[in-house]
Amino acid sequence: MRALVAALAGGLFGAGLLVSGMTDTEKVRGFLTLLGPGPWDPTLAFVMAGAILPMLFAWRRTMAATPVLAKSWPDRVRGIDGPLIGGAVMFGMGWGLVGLCPGPALAALAWGGPEVVVFTLSMTTGMLALPRLRQRLA
Amino acid sequence: MDAMIWDAGAIAAAALGGLMIGGAAALLLLVNARIMGASGILSAVIEGQRDGLVERVAFLGGLIGVPAIVVALGDPPATNITTNWSVLVAAGLLVGLGTRLGSGCTSGHGVCGLSRLSPRSLVATGTFITAGVLTVRALG
Repeated sequence: MRALVAALAGGLFGAGLLVSGMTDTEKVRGFLTLLGPGPWDPTLAFVMAGAILPMLFAWRRTMAATPVLAKSWPDRVRGIDGPLIGGAVMFGMGWGLVGLCPGPALAALAWGGPEVVVFTLSMTTGMLALPRLRQRLA
Repeated sequence: MDAMIWDAGAIAAAALGGLMIGGAAALLLLVNARIMGASGILSAVIEGQRDGLVERVAFLGGLIGVPAIVVALGDPPATNITTNWSVLVAAGLLVGLGTRLGSGCTSGHGVCGLSRLSPRSLVATGTFITAGVLTVRALG
């Protein structure tokens, strides 16, 4: 049952990414063109606002109810540290270079052509490499 | 900023798509008590985390499969993605390493975290948007 809900959520997420234009790297990079070069495209802000709205209600609901198919709500991680900021800088640079973040990369994986496949493979390589890199540097 | 692009049709589609994304995140949170973070879910699967594997794979199946079906029914939308292979590889590595090091991406920090008013996610989102803006500014 949990798997079915997860598949539905994944499908709705993917369809939403497609409808919103997040799989169009030009739209995404257009939003990141806030300081130029060229005209700024604010469209992405509306995706964020639209997505945050239902989640505001969902988080409020977690204060008054228990999860439908789970025992407890996810743990809250706290603390602002170097890895959080350093990781966000690296992610933002990669996002700006190509205009894809992990969700839209997966949503376009099956139809976006070899470029999306190469980006996604490289992304998963980075994900798998990080724990090893951290171990080596520690 | 030179000027602004204002495309009402694209903005309406963006808001609708955004509501669908937020609806999906709310469904996953309220029913399964999971945070809908694309990078977290993908990395847990490729790292072989056993706990919750089936539901994470199901989520990724929906995320990859549903857009594939929708696209197959009509003309594939443009991704306008670069064809520069070294840029694709470098950007992919940065996104993979960065989302793991920073524990999240646009969906986890940007959607789920901001809506929870998490200071951590606010800092992460502000940082990755700033880094993205400066990267586009520097490299075009």
